[in-house]
Amino acid sequence: MQLELSPTDAEFRDRMREFFTTKVPQQIRDTVLEGRHLTKDQIIEAQRTLNAEGLAVPHWPTEWGGQDWTDLQRHLWHEEMQRAGVPIPLAFNASMIGPVIAHFGTQEQKERFLPATANLDIWWSQGFSEPDAGSDLASLRTAAVRDGDDWVVNGQKTWTTLGQHGDWIFTLVRTDPEVKKQAGISMLLIDMTSPGVEVRPIELIDGGHEVNEVWFSDVRVPGDLLVGELNGGWTIAKFLLGNERVGVAPVGATKRALSALKANAGDLLDDPLVRARIAELENDLLALELTALRVVAHSSDGAPHPASSVLKLRGTELQQAVSELALDLAGPASLAARADDDSPQAGWARRAAPTYLNLRKASIYGGSNEIQRQIISRTILGL
Amino acid sequence: MDFTYDDEQQALREAVRGLLATTYADHEARRRTVADDPGFDEALWGRLADMGVLGLPFSEDDGGVGAGPVEIGVVCQELGRVLAPEPYLASVVHAGGLVAAVGTPEQKADLLGRLSSGEIVLAAADTSPGARWSSGTDGVRASVSGDAWTLDGVADPVVGGARADHLVVTAALPDGGTGVFLVAGDDVDRTGYVAADLTRAATVRLDGTAATPLGEPGRDLAPSIATISDLTRIMGANQALGVMQSQVRATTDYLKSRKQFGVTLNTFQALTFRAADMYVSLELAQSMVDWATMTIAGGDPGAVADAADRVGLTISRAGRHIGQEAIQLHGGIGMTAEYAVGVGTAHLEVLDQWLGNRGHHLARLASRVDDHDLVDALS
Ligand SMILES: Cc1cc2nc3c(=O)[nH]c(=O)nc-3n(C[C@H](O)[C@H](O)[C@H](O)COP(=O)(O)OP(=O)(O)OC[C@H]3O[C@@H](n4cnc5c(N)ncnc54)[C@H](O)[C@@H]3O)c2cc1C
Repeated sequence: MQLELSPTDAEFRDRMREFFTTKVPQQIRDTVLEGRHLTKDQIIEAQRTLNAEGLAVPHWPTEWGGQDWTDLQRHLWHEEMQRAGVPIPLAFNASMIGPVIAHFGTQEQKERFLPATANLDIWWSQGFSEPDAGSDLASLRTAAVRDGDDWVVNGQKTWTTLGQHGDWIFTLVRTDPEVKKQAGISMLLIDMTSPGVEVRPIELIDGGHEVNEVWFSDVRVPGDLLVGELNGGWTIAKFLLGNERVGVAPVGATKRALSALKANAGDLLDDPLVRARIAELENDLLALELTALRVVAHSSDGAPHPASSVLKLRGTELQQAVSELALDLAGPASLAARADDDSPQAGWARRAAPTYLNLRKASIYGGSNEIQRQIISRTILGL
Repeated sequence: MDFTYDDEQQALREAVRGLLATTYADHEARRRTVADDPGFDEALWGRLADMGVLGLPFSEDDGGVGAGPVEIGVVCQELGRVLAPEPYLASVVHAGGLVAAVGTPEQKADLLGRLSSGEIVLAAADTSPGARWSSGTDGVRASVSGDAWTLDGVADPVVGGARADHLVVTAALPDGGTGVFLVAGDDVDRTGYVAADLTRAATVRLDGTAATPLGEPGRDLAPSIATISDLTRIMGANQALGVMQSQVRATTDYLKSRKQFGVTLNTFQALTFRAADMYVSLELAQSMVDWATMTIAGGDPGAVADAADRVGLTISRAGRHIGQEAIQLHGGIGMTAEYAVGVGTAHLEVLDQWLGNRGHHLARLASRVDDHDLVDALS
């Protein structure tokens, strides 16, 4: 048992901190630090800056731009990025489809997609959920039918985050309706400019346009865009959704949000109830951060540490709790959510209600918190 | 950075677990032990001494083993697992810790050597009736005439105080500050009683009682006293962690075996989800306990005080959560004295109200929220 980082890891962390705070454009970092929305171009610029330095996809295989880091180093990389207000590389590219193609893809697919994916030359969307397939993802119905060498896709995906920016979408489609539901699913990569693909916006409760419906009508997809085995999509989906040990909980970003809240609180910090809520949240975040460290510092054989589900569950709860406190501190000023920029109310207070509302999503997507409890009770407790 | 126990620490855990199992193989054995005074098993205490466990915190010069906080934490966790009523926290960690922190070399060699060998049992008297954690020692006052010191006042609760051969008493000094004194157990008027978890505490009345100052007479020892309280708080959290580990295990086992409506209880998601939440609390508590324990090794009293408040807050909340749910998910049997789960909940409360509860630690942390920008696990 030892608390200190090794000299190598401490030096590594300093190097990350130095890069993130000096090389990523200040105006992008300020946007993140102040909780404002990034533009598509800002997200792309940030990822390219990281990628030029080999810092966008460190967890990929080294031949495709990965770094041979330990889990702890990846954790430090991830934390320092959040602390500095550097946008995390687009998850659909860096954490989802990239590792999938690197693991399951053909050599041709790797060459065609991986460099462009790392550099965000291609913006990927995730086409998994459907109106009737949420937590029970395997009940999805979007169908792909063989036609010569091609697939013809019909159906609807939904909740597609930032699909309005998407160049390509990785989808789970039903390729065999006759077998057990998990056994008839495949993964197809679809060019979103193909005829028959239509993206329709969904407005969320914060007023933002973050998610979309994606409709497929007789969309023709060349056969070489199937990833992995035919009807092997469920294995890929499990790999994609379950292989993460690092960055499961947004610890750094939540700590940053809490510290910003303290800075914004002003006289409200004199209120003992406010102080107690802050102190409790700081403590809870410390426990979460320590648990994240325990998870990454343990084995590195790739198997998810059982406490990963704890991180997702608790991480989202705390992220939400900080946004609740921010909204309570904003008080009446929060009504000015959609007021013009010349509003006399502070920016953070005007953003408090939309942020609070938006973050309700955190316990729904990526395996809802109920699904995390299910995983804990079944796989950890054996119930 | 490393959150794993090394081979020697694992071996220590196995050895302590094995030894405790010889006495507390089941909860019935604990019930028998706590039914009679002194409320713990003197023979087991002797075997813990033989194994070197009682001397773990003390230097070899003082007759101890010179182990670190992680080892002491391992012992406390194991004691907690079986709800062992032995006064390890009170006698070794707290009272022994005070002697080690403030005693002269001669005092340390004498007292700690005999404590480590099991020859004497100590208890710390640092709380007066109605007082709360670290609120001062107004209940007991020290007087000096020539170089003869006497103490007056009442200390209560004194955990393990009825059985102790010597009491380590904190008292207000005539010229201000707080001193630490050694008093022979037989020289005081003491009334033992049974706490909610069936462990023992006592009311200790001092009335012109002759006392030996530990360390330099008349010197204010408040900072050392506070640090030992913090350290005891952290070790108490280790013990509570052991209790909660057992409760979570017992609860999951019970859900798998207990049948109602023709099926085992784990068929009901309303229950399995609550068990999952208990596990979440347990994991987070474990992280904090490991961290706080490692913080002691750093040797910075300010950091140890902070760690004690942080782990105290976490463990208090986890104890309420896990302790209550463990009973609820067991139904009626959780309420019975013959079943360990509910007694564990009593033990968690005794630890908490003795060493510092949620409100106490939260108030202290809340008073400090503006001296930092954010709290980092890694410095
Ligand atoms: C903002 C946002 C962005 C998203 N982005 C994407 C994206 O880019 N791509 C994509 O494919 N999907 C995306 N999703 C979809 C997301 O993965 C699903 O919302 C999620 O899987 C839950 O499915 P559902 O919404 O259909 O809820 P349901 O599965 O219908 O669940 C409803 C409620 O029931 C609970 N529940 C469900 N099953 C169980 C069970 N077995 N036991 C106990 N409780 C249960 C759930 O936890 C929830 O509380 C996004 C969702 C949101 C909100």
